Amino acid sequence: MTEYRSGDLVRCTGGGREYAATYITERDGKAVVKLDSGYNIGVPFETLSWEGRPEIEPPGLARPFQREDLPELAIISTGGTIASRVDYRTGAVTSQFSAEDILRAIPDLASIGRFRTEQISSILSENMTRRIWQDLARAIFHDLKSGVAGVIVTHGTDTMAYSAAAISFMVETPVPVIFVGSQRSADRPSSDNAMNALCAASAAVSPLGEVAVVMHATTSDDRCAIHRGTRVRKMHTSRRDAFQSMGMPPIGRVDYPDLSVTLSGEAVARGEREPVLREKMEERCGLVSFHPGMDPLVLEAYRGYRGLVLAGTGLGHVSTPWVKGLAELARDGVSVVMTSQCLHGRVCDRVYDTGRDLLAAGVMEGEDMLPEVALVKLMWVLGQADDDREVRALMGENLRGETRGRSTHGL
Amino acid sequence: MDSEAPPLMAGLEIHQQLDTCEKLFCHCPTRLREVKERNGEFTRFLRATESEMGEIDRAALEEMRTIRRFTYYTYDTTCLVEDDEEPPAPLNQEAVAICLTIARCFGMHPVEQVHTMRKIVIDGSNTCGFQRTALVAMGGSLPGGARIETICLEEDAAQRVTDQVFSLDRLGIPLVEITTGPDLRTPEEVQEVAEYIGMVLRSTGKVKRGKGTIRQDINISIPGGARVEIKGVQELELIAEVVRREMERQENLIAIRDELKGRGACVDEDQIDVTSIFKGTKSSILEKAKMVLAVRLKGFSGFVGKEIQPGRRLGSELADYAKRCGVGGIFHTDELPAYGIAAEEVQSVREKAMAGDDDAVVLVAGSAEKARCAAKQVIRRAGMALAGVPEETRRMLEDGSTAYMRPLPGAARMYPETDIFPVSVEKAFWEGIPVPELLIGKAKRFEQEFGLDPPAAYQAATSENLPAFEEAIREGVKPTLAFRVIITAPVELARKGVDVGKVSQADYLAILSAIERGRVAKEAVPDLITAIAGGTPPDQAVASLVTPVSNDELTRIIRKIIGERKEFVAQKGMGALGPLMGLVMQEVRGKVDGKLVSEALRRELERSA
Ligand SMILES: [Zn+2]
Repeated sequence: MTEYRSGDLVRCTGGGREYAATYITERDGKAVVKLDSGYNIGVPFETLSWEGRPEIEPPGLARPFQREDLPELAIISTGGTIASRVDYRTGAVTSQFSAEDILRAIPDLASIGRFRTEQISSILSENMTRRIWQDLARAIFHDLKSGVAGVIVTHGTDTMAYSAAAISFMVETPVPVIFVGSQRSADRPSSDNAMNALCAASAAVSPLGEVAVVMHATTSDDRCAIHRGTRVRKMHTSRRDAFQSMGMPPIGRVDYPDLSVTLSGEAVARGEREPVLREKMEERCGLVSFHPGMDPLVLEAYRGYRGLVLAGTGLGHVSTPWVKGLAELARDGVSVVMTSQCLHGRVCDRVYDTGRDLLAAGVMEGEDMLPEVALVKLMWVLGQADDDREVRALMGENLRGETRGRSTHGL
Repeated sequence: MDSEAPPLMAGLEIHQQLDTCEKLFCHCPTRLREVKERNGEFTRFLRATESEMGEIDRAALEEMRTIRRFTYYTYDTTCLVEDDEEPPAPLNQEAVAICLTIARCFGMHPVEQVHTMRKIVIDGSNTCGFQRTALVAMGGSLPGGARIETICLEEDAAQRVTDQVFSLDRLGIPLVEITTGPDLRTPEEVQEVAEYIGMVLRSTGKVKRGKGTIRQDINISIPGGARVEIKGVQELELIAEVVRREMERQENLIAIRDELKGRGACVDEDQIDVTSIFKGTKSSILEKAKMVLAVRLKGFSGFVGKEIQPGRRLGSELADYAKRCGVGGIFHTDELPAYGIAAEEVQSVREKAMAGDDDAVVLVAGSAEKARCAAKQVIRRAGMALAGVPEETRRMLEDGSTAYMRPLPGAARMYPETDIFPVSVEKAFWEGIPVPELLIGKAKRFEQEFGLDPPAAYQAATSENLPAFEEAIREGVKPTLAFRVIITAPVELARKGVDVGKVSQADYLAILSAIERGRVAKEAVPDLITAIAGGTPPDQAVASLVTPVSNDELTRIIRKIIGERKEFVAQKGMGALGPLMGLVMQEVRGKVDGKLVSEALRRELERSA
């Protein structure tokens, strides 16, 4: 049988007719071919005959222009697609990572800054690891040291909030470090990629000085929100405005299409900190969401871990049979932090008996930290400190805006 | 030119909405809504995606030149899929089955594995920036020999409310797109084929009916002319006229080209600023304009104002192009002085543009940016006149003439919809799809079986109320009665302004049942339909129109029943009241209130005791 390659010219016989087509791929035992009309159809392989393999000239693409007088921005990609290109001949969609390709896809970026790019990984964001966080932290730190005006990290949206929190702890930055992605694929004309990227670049040259996530604020293409890296959460599977600041308003906004940036009084200002890299992180940490009737045996899996974050019910509870298990873990040196699956509000284990028993068992209150932020923080804190007292002190301290002393109204 | 070429090559692309429960890629109902019922709105920008070749589709590019920001209205019958905020649901299987049914009607071959594609459309009518479409079957034919090339299943676009505002209720309603070969040779044949295809579609009983549910696009070219696609012809009876007028337009454009060539006509690239000439002009448009530009068309005098189609001149074509830049239109010297522009002003323009007697001058006005853009478009279109007929997508005007809409779309603008799995059409499934009786065959059968005359039989077969008509006959209603109540009465009432669209098939069956049971007279049918159309529930409408039974008549009926059952009554005494009640009610056929019957019966029983 002929080995067909995508792009090969073929003839198909079927329906009493013969027609020319382009071979695309195999799918469920059928040959998928593209007709001249642009449609793909699946046909039996035996109806195909090979016609030839056309020489396709690589497209002669114009070099995008970068203005030397604009601030330099670094784009670091981890695998999230901010720009892509469609080959209408074969229907293939390819992600674009080089500065030139990104500028070609989103030309308006060139009026905000000049760009250098680096790709540190090409993973789906669900495959993110501590190791890649560390690579990312080092790459960002390198750019900070070289004096860029801002850093843009393109990231898949699924775990973007975890990464933004991780970088918040690992890197102290004098300039904006902006995480950005797209909820709707970059190949579609309606994608949020371009607007998010333009707003991210605008935030990256703004007077901000911290790690943030910049994504659509509403379902409309009217503005992006700037979220603090330690207070942001993906709250919808598919909507453009999936990212929400939790327990505080966004620290700023970028209006579109005029790209004006407004920062709130809470935003950390550019230049307030010196670049510092502390990328050490303890990987043996877990996050467990408790549910009614959950077997305490589950906790056995965390023996040998150094940290465990619980997403408890309500004010921060687990069932009575769990208290003993947690006490044993704590006694064995596991730092246990309680957060709430309510996501909104503060943990308080001093109200009910179970809570008081948990505190007695050595469990720390995670205050109003989001469960996944508490996990990332615990990993980082355990990377920095060994002593239980020191760990408790760091976990209780507000380091990067991840916890707030006051729970304000209306949130 | 090729003397063998037929005088007309035309093909049809017919889009028909399917009457499915749910939309093609989500579980929303396929219901159209009033704009005032909207429950929200959002705005989006669409960007043309760059293809591998570094080119943007030329129709897409044209759209980008004008509008980019769009507003969308949402309803409680639309969801995040229409908003492009959620991945699509799997391809609607009901729609696939209807599409395959239609394919069988045309003797087509199904695609074994159906792939959904994304067709780039950035005019705002699709929130994604593409329309989802799938090729389902190929290679069919029509009775006259013309080919049906393909049938595609696609999602309908959002309805335009105003320029840049769209309503999402229509987006996602399943459509079939049926494409004929370029095999049609006369305007009449184009219309007949459109009628035939429409009839076949309605034969499935699964397509939507009424205005806007079917749209015809016509592809036309004549020898020496160019391929022109006329979009969205909704009136079937206008199709032949549209084709005739397009043939005429192309012939006239060819003739104009030849004459222009004979005169050595050409088009200057220069845009001449004549704003100062119109300081203090009586033309309010030019007086208000920030900038007025003149374009000299050398050798065009007399041709710009020449009619090429009823109500359309070459100047109308130039104006259509200019309007893309946001100006209201153009002025040209073939029609001036007029519109408040004085003869001296025209003379000054001619002098400034150095235009001779054979030359025409076109004026455009607006903001500097709009005027420059419009002048450029006029130059572009005038240049095309020297080449003859441009390839275009056009839209139909009310009378059957057409106006320029956009360039013909390029071919390379589709890529796979990766969110939708391909659908296999198994051989057994395909062969198990029943081919519906065609409506023309049904009409023949109505003639033979029910004794309806041919026009009546055809009217019944093609009526929107056909399902109720057939159901009534299955229930044993006399065909002539069913025909009168379900087919003709609504048509007559609709003419009188009754909104018969509000009367459901079930309502007609309820009316027939009331007549059959003798509760109402046949003569009451128009009143009943009118009442139901006005919002009265059918049983209430019937109750208000029942023929009354007089007290004497009631007494007579009761005495007759008692008389026939003397022994039973003697035996049971007042105990006979219950059993007799039913008999009397049956006799008065529900026309008298039960309480009255019971009282009268009690009285009569007491009397006979
Ligand atoms: Zn929907």
